[in-house]
This record gives sequence, C-alpha cells and structure tokens, in this order.
Amino acid sequence: MTLALYVPGTGVVHRLPAAAKLLALAVLAVALFALPSLAAAGAALAGVVAVGLLLARLPVAVLTRQARAVVWWLVALLAVHALTTDLRTGAHVALRLLTLVLAAAVVTATTRVSEMVRVVEAVCAPLRLVGVRPARVGLAVAMALRFIPVLVERADRIRAAQAARGGSPRGVRALRTTVAPLLVQVLQMAHDVSEALDARGADDDPSPRRRAQEAP
Amino acid sequence: MKTRDLAYVALFAAIIAVLGTLPAIPVGPVPITAQTLGVMLAGAVLGGRRGSLAVLLFLVLVAVGLPLLAGGRGGLGPFAGPTAGYLLSWPVAAFVIGRLTERTWDRYNVLVGTLVNVVGGIVVIYAVGVPVLKAVVGLPWGEAFWTGAALFVPGDLFKAFVAAAVADVVRRSYPVIERPRRAAGTR
Repeated sequence: MTLALYVPGTGVVHRLPAAAKLLALAVLAVALFALPSLAAAGAALAGVVAVGLLLARLPVAVLTRQARAVVWWLVALLAVHALTTDLRTGAHVALRLLTLVLAAAVVTATTRVSEMVRVVEAVCAPLRLVGVRPARVGLAVAMALRFIPVLVERADRIRAAQAARGGSPRGVRALRTTVAPLLVQVLQMAHDVSEALDARGADDDPSPRRRAQEAP
Repeated sequence: MKTRDLAYVALFAAIIAVLGTLPAIPVGPVPITAQTLGVMLAGAVLGGRRGSLAVLLFLVLVAVGLPLLAGGRGGLGPFAGPTAGYLLSWPVAAFVIGRLTERTWDRYNVLVGTLVNVVGGIVVIYAVGVPVLKAVVGLPWGEAFWTGAALFVPGDLFKAFVAAAVADVVRRSYPVIERPRRAAGTR
C-alpha cells in the first residue's frame, strides 16, 4: 500500500489550493449521497475521470491502481444488492463508491502531503482556545502518514523471516509469535522517532506557563 | 502532550489504517472489518486519552479524503452514510476500553481484557451505531438490530479476545500505560 501518491505537475488542478480541493471532495461526497440517481452518479464519475486525466494530466495508472484496489468490493456490492434489493441499486452504490475513490485519488495525486497537513492545521486553529496546538496536530498527521508504509514493510519482513525458518505459525500462536512482537517493535520505533524529533527541537513550546510547569 | 505520546497516537492511527487493507466482508449496509480490532487495540495498549485521540486522528485522515476505511472508502461520504454512527462511536469505544484497562491494569489478563473489550468495543459501538443505522437506512428496529449488530457478535467477540491477547503480551513486554500511582510502592 502506497500513500505517497503525489504525481508532480504544474496544471490547474495541481495549483489549486489544497483547501479548495478538499472542500470540493467533501461537496462531491455529500452531493453523491443527496442525488440518488444512477445518471447523476455516472455523470459525476465521467467528470472526475475527465478532471483527473485531461485537466490534471495524471497517468491513467494512478486511477486504475485505485480502482483495482476496490474492484472486489464493487463486485461484492453488486452481488449483495442483486440478491437482496435489485441490480440497479447495486450499480448505483458501486458507481458512487468508485467515483469517490477516484476523486480522492485525484486530490491525493495532485496535492502534496505537506499541503494537506497545513489545511488540517488551519482547520484546527480555533481549537487553540481549548489548549490544542495546531502544529502538534499537523505533526501527528504527518507521522501517521509516514507510519502506514513502514508498518506494511515491517509486517512483510516478519513474515519473510518466519518463512525463511520454515513456515509461519497460525491461529492463536501467531498472536504471540507474530502480532505482539510486531506491535512491540513498532512501539519502540515510535518512541525512537519521538526522541529524534525532540532532539531536533520538536518539543519547543512557546507558552511560558507550560515551560514553568515542566521545569524541574 | 509529549512528542512520545504524539508518536504513539500517530502509530495507532496508522495501525487502524493498515488493518483496513485486510479484506472486509460486506454483509448488508455495514461491513465486517478488522478495523474495530485496531480501535480495541488503541484503547487497550495506549489507555483512554491517547487511544481515543489515535482513533480521532484516523477519522481526520479519512475525512480529508484518504481512502483508509475498509474497502478503500474515504472522504466525508462515510460520515453521512449508514455506517456514520459506528465511525463516530469508535473514539468513545477506545476511550472506554482505555479507561477500563487503566483501572484493571494490575490484574489485567486475557480474560479481563476480553471483558473490557466487549464492554467498550461491542456495547458502546452498537449502542451508537444501531440507532444511527436505523435512522439513515430507515429500517425497523428488528432488522436494524439484525444487520447492524447481531451479525457481528461472533466476529467482534473474536476480535475482543485477539485484542486482549495481544495487549496482554505488550503489557508484559513493553507497557505503554503507566502503573497506577497507588500501586507504585508495592514493588
């Protein structure tokens, strides 16, 4: 799973502010649920694909990769609806899901993570009143995004190591021999990352009140 | 909040996201996913405050449009759909599990942990999720309960056990929750 989906570019979509793109995504999501018609969902899908390929000039692979990730989900939705309600509803629900996934892919492919983080920080600014520091929220978001591919890689490494020793344990035993050690390992990693950040001045807190509290 | 706590919060937000890549089983409007396992783990390993913040951070990442929910869903859509109640109940669930885990820290084992996870991860989530599902989809109570809760009980019981077993190992090898102050002198 790769979240580093950013594709460099200089088109209109790339230059739009991240806040505008996120807002558009939110509006599209609400609109898709508010307009329960197959035609509207189809038009939205066509629109999203047009924006992604023609306006943002993204490679087709960016969109197909996202579509492939949900293809079984779409098939399952169709099947469940064909059995319980009708195929038309199934097609609508599936089309809506595909549209949203592709729209999200277009936004993530044309927006740097750092820009996304800045939007979250801006949205969190009012929370300053209740003691939340927006920069810390931004730091947490950035760390979470970085940890996702790291976790996948660590899990793969443990699996490979076990395969090399002749097969991997299954069932409840796997919890003790695989899952728990992996968790301990990544907890240690998170701790190391935080110490490295503090050493580089991440713990700088401008408020003098807190300084005084934390003084020995 | 210390940078270390921030890193733990970010780590568990990432763990919930990765659990979303495991295949989900669509059974009606609400799918069975491994992500509630992540919610339980966040509470059981990090405690109430950090655990609920981790889940909240994950939901923020979903809301800004990253396709991190099981089945590649993301954006604000899921917060308006039939599963909205479940998503919004997650931080509460992690908080309840975390607080109960902190309370039972000195006698924590797989059994106690499973019970704690059942209370926070099943009772709380259904109590919020089922009424919202009923309101959004317009099902009668009976059907809302069947498609929104009863179907998930076996899977959720299993997840509660798995989360407790893992949390118990982590508790003994790399405890993140601090020992309660009153017990500090006993060792």
